[in-house]
Amino acid sequence: MSPETATAAAPSLVQSVDWLAIAPPTLTALVALVVLVADLFVPAARKQLLGWTSVAGLVAAVALLVPLREGDRSTFCLTADTQLRACSYTADHFTLVIQFLVLGGALVTALLSIADTRDRLPAGEYWFLLLSSAAGAALLPASRDLATLVVALEVASLPAFALVGLRRGDRMSSESALKFFLSSVTATAVTLLGVSFVYAATGTLHLTEVAQRLGDVPGQLQTLAQTGVVLTLVGFVFKTAVVPFHFWVPDTYVGAPLPVAAYLSVVGKAVGFTGLILVTVVAFPSYADVWGPALAVLAALTMTVGNVGALRQASTRAWSAVRLLAWSSVAQAGYLLVPIAAAAYSGDDQIGATVAYALMYAVVNLGAFAVVAVVARTHPENRIADHRGLYAAHPAAALALGFFLLNLAGLPPGIIGLFTKVTVFSAAVDAGLGWLAVIMGVNVVIGLFYYLRWTALLFRGPEGETVRHRAPAPVTVAVALTAVAGVVLSGYPQLALRFASNTLF
Amino acid sequence: MIDISESVMQFLLASIVAGPLLGAAAALLPAPPGLKGKSPEQAVLRHGVTVTGVILLAAIVLTLGFDHDHPSTMQATTDITWIKALDVRIHLGVDGISLPLLLLTALLAFLCALYSYFKQPQGPSPRAFVALLLVLESGTLATFAVLDLVLFFLAFETVLVPMYFLIARWGGEGRQAAAWKFILYTLLGSVVMLLGLLLIGVKAGTFDMVALATDNGRGLTTSVQVIAVLAIGIGLAVKTPMWPLHSWLPDAHTAAPTVGSVLLAGVLLKMGTYGFVRIALPITPDGMRTFAPYLAAFAVAGIIYGSLACLALARPGNKGDLKRLIAYSSVGHMGFVLLGIATMTPTGVNGALFANIAHGLITGLLFFLVGALKDRYGTADLDTLAGATGAALYGRAPRLGALLAFAAVASLGLPGLAGFWGEMLALFGAFEPAAGLSRPAFLTFMAIGAFGTLLTAAYLLVVVRRVCMGGPRPAGETALADVQGYELAAWTPLVALTVLAGLWPAVLLGLTDPAVQQLLAGGTK
Repeated sequence: MSPETATAAAPSLVQSVDWLAIAPPTLTALVALVVLVADLFVPAARKQLLGWTSVAGLVAAVALLVPLREGDRSTFCLTADTQLRACSYTADHFTLVIQFLVLGGALVTALLSIADTRDRLPAGEYWFLLLSSAAGAALLPASRDLATLVVALEVASLPAFALVGLRRGDRMSSESALKFFLSSVTATAVTLLGVSFVYAATGTLHLTEVAQRLGDVPGQLQTLAQTGVVLTLVGFVFKTAVVPFHFWVPDTYVGAPLPVAAYLSVVGKAVGFTGLILVTVVAFPSYADVWGPALAVLAALTMTVGNVGALRQASTRAWSAVRLLAWSSVAQAGYLLVPIAAAAYSGDDQIGATVAYALMYAVVNLGAFAVVAVVARTHPENRIADHRGLYAAHPAAALALGFFLLNLAGLPPGIIGLFTKVTVFSAAVDAGLGWLAVIMGVNVVIGLFYYLRWTALLFRGPEGETVRHRAPAPVTVAVALTAVAGVVLSGYPQLALRFASNTLF
Repeated sequence: MIDISESVMQFLLASIVAGPLLGAAAALLPAPPGLKGKSPEQAVLRHGVTVTGVILLAAIVLTLGFDHDHPSTMQATTDITWIKALDVRIHLGVDGISLPLLLLTALLAFLCALYSYFKQPQGPSPRAFVALLLVLESGTLATFAVLDLVLFFLAFETVLVPMYFLIARWGGEGRQAAAWKFILYTLLGSVVMLLGLLLIGVKAGTFDMVALATDNGRGLTTSVQVIAVLAIGIGLAVKTPMWPLHSWLPDAHTAAPTVGSVLLAGVLLKMGTYGFVRIALPITPDGMRTFAPYLAAFAVAGIIYGSLACLALARPGNKGDLKRLIAYSSVGHMGFVLLGIATMTPTGVNGALFANIAHGLITGLLFFLVGALKDRYGTADLDTLAGATGAALYGRAPRLGALLAFAAVASLGLPGLAGFWGEMLALFGAFEPAAGLSRPAFLTFMAIGAFGTLLTAAYLLVVVRRVCMGGPRPAGETALADVQGYELAAWTPLVALTVLAGLWPAVLLGLTDPAVQQLLAGGTK
């Protein structure tokens, strides 16, 4: 203990809160409440207003990230004297990037759902649930203690269950919500158990302190600490939909309204891997020899199972488009895990590769869902075969979807997809995980097959006449937004890849 | 030859790489007023001719401005940061090794565009056809012009999607399966290659090919080099293609449209061998030395295998497809190129580079000719073409027959034509391989390779006999159109260059030799 802190006067128990630092998630939560209350007073004809309020709130929340860009703020810090400054909320670069991803993803989801809330979904509830979930997801990357982390995880997930089941009078929707709910709650309970074990073994909840004290846990508590570490990971692994916790994904995505599926595939996954990064790299670095190999094996399994699942989707089956995207999102989660596993071997600089990959994935996956939503308006069955001849009906949408899919596959012209894959490969090679890199290579080839098969279908001659159908403006905006983001990133990949080159914490 | 300022040269090279891409984007837009032509199809095909023509002109000017006294130095270099995070730089440049390949690519692309203008490809709209052709050209040119490993990989991958669509959309029978085989095979190879490239980049701390070549493998341990060459070699060998990784090639060639086959054989295969010369030889010499005997063994196996396959296809009653036959002959010819590279001697590598160009010219011409035959007969099946006695092209379409015979004897390596020098130099190199390589082994390879030239001559002569000669024609047979004006325009440059390179090999060797000497010696020279 340094003499300065020992002699300092007794600190005040009342903390000053850095409101600006916590503004992005807070604003999102506030707008959620406003929308919920306003729903009671807005006449049915004006419900559209709620949607636009939510969009505006999300745009404002994204804008609030700008003044924080230095990445040096933190709040809710321990006032007690400790060797390490331990804060519960930190807005460092890692936090800001993930918050940007989450809020941006929620924004695109909101644009996609404006048309749906007009007729098919209850507006007030929908916007409240979406924004609350987004608020939780935005809080999660900033959390630096296990309690906040679990709370944020729950805030992000609980509204998601309701969102999945929101399609009124649809049996499949409620069934998938129940499936999602039961499996997710079990996973969270396990995480909670793990957290309590870790707390019991170390006596602290703050991640940095956990990291420090895990190193010298007394002998009789070793087993407890190890069990705690493993159990804590389970909940986050579940959210990321890592094999063997991926069974809920296809059914849930198909049952959920399309925008919600898009939301789950991007923001839900972001919640999972962010939590995973925080607990592994920040809290449990001393157990790297436990979680490193485990994550590497899980990554290999996840990408393989996901790709094989996607490969097996017959294009004429109902909902095959969403099913394929669901399985492909499982496979992509495998790629996201690779740098985290690599971090166990060669330091936490590797995490940047996951972040860069997640940014690319968020943009192109949301874009793909947006185009699927455009097609779903004329073909509610949502089959891949429905996309045949899309180029003849909607040239721009077809080009955009082709670009998104090739990005997911990682082939030019999807340059950003290619380069983020290169960084992931590079992380694996750097960490000496050659076997994992080879498995990933094989998986990239499998992935190409189904992505390109779909892409080729877009440009085939249409069967029968093409019906030109105007897509609603917000959906068009969503497609345009993601397409422009993808093209800009492809021209200047440094925008995303800069996170891969320096440490984020 | 002529003095052009450095900045103009830089601009020329950059526009050669980026120009076709812009052209491809422009091809998708509606034609501006005044350039609408007779129909949208005609306008876009003309657009393709214009763009490839401009690129060819730029490449010719670049060649003229190239300092032929110092072909071993990188010229017209551009070096700007692109992605700082990955240390990827847009580093472009040409030397004596890449310049001929650039020129060949620009020429073949132009000839293909010209040919398609007069002979519209069978399939969906030519708009996409032209756009894909231009993207393909850009990717190939970029492969030969970039000097950064990651960029090389990017360029290498760029050609996959356009080629896939060219085969799958404008191809003949069995095109879907062939296109899939092509793209999955090559992608699997290039992903493995990426791992090797990343290994080099991570261990050496740079992706810059010039810096790495100057270093000549001193910054990399032998074990790293061995793994890297294994990984990179597999990727390049799939592309080249090296026996036994060649099985995608015959299908792709058979199914591809004429223009696709010409570009595939003429320039896409060269990306593989170019990679060996540009990356494996100078950057990882120790690893290359370890694998050179194996590479040579696979190469001569490919020579024999390709020739035997062709002999089998050429025999009456075997229903051999002429396009498939030429594809297998490519496996044999690329075997000579790989053998030359595997010797790791200046003689062998020069021979390899010469054979590269020669194969591009001759096989490009052969695929054009067979494509023309297929258009006239509706099939490229040798048995149907030849009938009982032979197709008698000499009698029915004398110019076409003469050109086919010319291309065939050029392909079998007749002295005085382009095919001769490359293969002879490659065999010469194998006679005295680089220090550290087993001479008896390479002597054996040389003997087998020389035997392969005999087999090559055999099957090509069989083809000439069955297609060009034949008995008297039955009365009342429909007349066969002889060579058309546009065909002559597309083929004459190839014929002329084949003769030129055969009679005056110094044109090429003078460019490649200093550069090869420098590559093999590393930064010491």
